[in-house]
Parts: sequence; structure tokens; C-alpha cells
Amino acid sequence: MTKALISAEGLAKRFPQGQGQPPLTVFENLWFEIAHGEFACIIGHSGCGKSTILNALAGLDTASEGNIIVGGKHVEGPSLDRAVIFQGNALMPWLSALGNVELAVSSRHKDWSRAEVREHAMKYLDLVHLNGSELKKPSQLSGGMKQRVGIARALSIEPQILLMDEPFSALDALTRGSLQDEVLSVRAKTKQTIFMITHDVDEAMLLADKILLMTNGPKARIAEIVENTLPKERSRTDLHKHPNYYPLRNHMIEFLVTRSRELAGGAGAKPGELRHPPVVRPTIGGTTHVETARSSQPAESTAATDLQAGRVSAA
Amino acid sequence: MAQPSASSLNIKATIVSVLILATFLFAWHLGTAGVATTQKLDPEYAKLMGATATQGKSAMPGPIEVGAKIWEHLKDPFYDRGTNDKGLGIQLAYSIGRVALGYLLAVAVAIPLGFLIGMSPLMSRALDPFIQVMKPISPLAWMPLALYTIKDSGMSAIFVIFICSLWPMLINTAFGVASVRKEWLNVAKTLELGPARTALSVILPAAAPTIFTGMRISIGIAWLVIVAAEMLVGGTGIGYFVWNEWNNLSITNVITAILAIGLVGMALDQLMARLQKSVSYAD
Repeated sequence: MTKALISAEGLAKRFPQGQGQPPLTVFENLWFEIAHGEFACIIGHSGCGKSTILNALAGLDTASEGNIIVGGKHVEGPSLDRAVIFQGNALMPWLSALGNVELAVSSRHKDWSRAEVREHAMKYLDLVHLNGSELKKPSQLSGGMKQRVGIARALSIEPQILLMDEPFSALDALTRGSLQDEVLSVRAKTKQTIFMITHDVDEAMLLADKILLMTNGPKARIAEIVENTLPKERSRTDLHKHPNYYPLRNHMIEFLVTRSRELAGGAGAKPGELRHPPVVRPTIGGTTHVETARSSQPAESTAATDLQAGRVSAA
Repeated sequence: MAQPSASSLNIKATIVSVLILATFLFAWHLGTAGVATTQKLDPEYAKLMGATATQGKSAMPGPIEVGAKIWEHLKDPFYDRGTNDKGLGIQLAYSIGRVALGYLLAVAVAIPLGFLIGMSPLMSRALDPFIQVMKPISPLAWMPLALYTIKDSGMSAIFVIFICSLWPMLINTAFGVASVRKEWLNVAKTLELGPARTALSVILPAAAPTIFTGMRISIGIAWLVIVAAEMLVGGTGIGYFVWNEWNNLSITNVITAILAIGLVGMALDQLMARLQKSVSYAD
């Protein structure tokens, strides 16, 4: 079994409140792993700390507890190996589209000549179909084009991991669709590992290999990991024709509408499940739980106690 | 209602401006023109008092006299016939030189210090009381202290310009730097730009429009203050020229100088506005 590229181990985020009050726990006991080349989406209602998790992965924020390991190393701070596509495009408005990408390229390749930097930046602007608009300032670009520049900037530094924080939520439906296609085609070419936050179940189904479902906050956690049961080669147009489409979609909608609330505040958490949230595969034939097979791995001391606790509660 | 096009509006505005100017000049001319005197005066006294008393002529020069004076200055702006008789151009050049020197010194101090204050909440709080106390001090109040310590009137004037240009630039730089959007700083962090490159290629361009607003306010204040400072220190400069011509009771020269001060002030402001525009960005 290949080792996970990203692993989050027992993350928690707590904010101190007024004097005498216990700190507010946004999320706790968060465990998940993302393999090389995997596309993982995280879905949950506002306030469950999705953005905090992404920022912690990026190194822009720190979790109050727990560790994030990327490629065998602790995440200590931001790195060029983890590119972020921000919700607002976060482009520098005084630079052209090309200038924005060049800033990223030159920070990755400090020894490159100006021409080399430009050529590399243009390659990535071409990849997101922005050739011809490279000299325009962000204010002259449409919302979708700005986000394309953001994607080109993130990809141009050839990161190990791409982190996307609701990248398309501010766009209209048509633009969003074409950018989702863009992400699919880019990913087919680069085999990028991607972690993405979304509110949109359909977006998650189109793009992700697995979807982490979060309960509502406070004390949010990952309740379930849904494996995408749609074929690997999928497109926006024929997605809904697949027999697994509705079972998968209904499973997630049902979670977001009812179970995310019922499980809020840590309710219904089985201790053994915290470390290994159940993996489910909703298909036309019914939803099956997948044996994670992780229990057979040599367990660390904490894992052992978790598992024991799980057995105790199950007994 | 049809919106008038920008060019037709400009033409109309120009016509109105010219009309206002013509009305003003005409009123000025009427107000200062001689009204035939009826009084019989002792010829000896009349000779002593000049046209003011004998022909009811106003002591205030009319637009024609001032126009003639301006023409005279324009023909030969850079003559130098000793301490008290230099061309208007030379005097203005002295003033602009002092302003430039004091102002550039202020830029050199205010922008780095403003960056420090804007980037460090600690320094921002620590320096705030000093800035709050220093800012409202009239720059001329520093003059005696400057004369006493620097012991050079020219340098003292430059110091006064420095101190009065400092505050708007400092405050605007600190504000501009502190309000750079977090998302841009996050981009800089994820790109591992490092503090120096972040300051130069993210914070500076992001804060530049705010910094230049402060610089524009500063140049305006500096030009206001130089006239007063030169009246105090004397010797050269347009401020000294105004005071000297007042002592000469040459009101035509005083009015000419006032007009010149206004025009130079406008030119400096326009220059800064151009620079400000060149660094501003549409968001």
C-alpha cells in the first residue's frame, strides 16, 4: 500500500472565548489521508472549519492540536510545494495576468532569466486558455478569467499539492462549468494531487475521487469518507446518466440536509471511527461500507488505544 | 435629458472661467481706477502724497499695472543685482530647491519608518503617542530651535520643510502598508517570497497609491510653509521676496509674487497627481 502524501492526524482548532468560558472548539479529532495523485473534496456547512483546515495544510494557519504531515515532513509553514487557489482570486491588481504568473515562477526558479520565466509563465497561461489576454490587468478580465490566472499561477510553480478554497463559488454557473472542465483537463495532464473545499455536491462528484463529509460545527469532525463511484473518465454532460449518479448524490445530500446536523457537536461519534472514519461507496446496488484495511497496518500506540476503545464501545 | 458630451462641457466650463476672470479683472480695474479729485490741496502736500491723494487714485495697483509688472518679470526672470534685487525666477528657484531638499529628506525617513510602523503592530503602538504629539505642531514653531541648533538659516528652513512634510507621508505610508490585503500577503507567503521581496514586490505596489496620496498632501504643505519660513529667515526665496516688496511698498510685486506662488504650487500638485496616477491600479 502506498504511503499517503498528506496525512492529518488529530487536528483540532480552538478559539479562546471570554474569561471563564471554555474555548470554542471549531473542529477536533480530525484524521484523514490523501494519496499521491488523489483528488479529495471536503464538503460541510459554513462554520465547520473547512477553510481553517485548508489554511493549516497550506501552512498559513496553525491547528491548535494535531499534526499535518506532507510527504513525510511536518508542515511548519507555507511552501512552494503546496500551492493555494484562493476563493477570491487574490491576484495582484497592479500586475498583468502574465506578471502575476511570472511573480510565482520567479519565486520558484530564482536563477532563471527573465525570458525563461516568461516562457514558463506563458506555457501555463496557455494551459488555461488565456493566451491573448496575458497582458491585461485583472480589472480588465472577467471573473472566470481571473480565476484561470489564479489556477495558472498555482500550477506554474509545479507544486506537489494544489489546495483550492471554494475556487469557483463566486462565479456564475456557466463559467463555473467551464472552469471545472479546465480543472479536469489540467488534472488529466498533470496528475496533480488536489485538496478542494466546496459547497457544491455536483462539483465534488464531477471532480473528486473521494469526498470528506464534515459534520456541522462546533466540534465538527469528518463523519464519513465517500468514494466516488462514477467512472474515472467522466464529463459534465454525461455524469447524470450513470446509474450510480443518484445514489451517490442522494447519499451526500441526505448527509448535508439531516445527518450533518444530527452528528453536530460530536454526537454519535464512535471512538474507533475518529481515526478512521467509515468509507462508503454509494452505488445503484446500495451503499456499501469499505473495509479500510488500515487496522491491519502496524498501529502506533495512539491508534492501538483508539482501536481498543472502539472494540470496547462496540462490544 | 441628453447628457452633454465631455468635450462640450469642457468648452462651456472654459467660457465660464474666462467670463469670471474678465469680470474680476474689470471690477478690479474699476475699484482701483482714479476718481477725479475735487479737493484743492496745497501743491506742496499734493506733491508729497502723490497720485493717491491728488487724483483719488487707489493705493492698490490695478490689473494693468500688475500685468505690466508680470511682463517685466517674464522678460527677465533671472537677473541678479544684489541681495535685495533678484529676479522672480531666481527667488522661486531658491524656494523650490529648499522644498525639494527638505521634502526628499522627509521621503527618505517617512517611507521606511512608515513601513516599519505599518508592518509591526508593536512599533505602531509604541510610536503612536509621539506622532500624535508631533503632528499638530506648527512647523514654524521648530524654527527657533532649528536656528539655535543648526546655526544656519538656510538649513533651518530646509529642516522646517522636512518636519512639515514628514507627517502626512509617514501616516499614509503606515496606513497603506497596514491595510495591504491579507490575501496578497498569503500569496506572498505561499510563494515563499521572503520579507524583502514581499516588501518590494507586494506591499510597496499595493500601498503605493496611499503613499503617494500622503506625498501629494506633503508637497502642498511644504509649499505653504516655505513662504512663511523664508519670511522669517530672509535672504533669498519667494517668501523673502514677498516680505521685501512689502517693505518696499511695492504692492504690484507682492501681487505678482502671490500669483507666482499659486502657479508653482499648482504645478507641484499636478506633478504629484501624475505620479500618483502612474502607481494607482484598478481593483
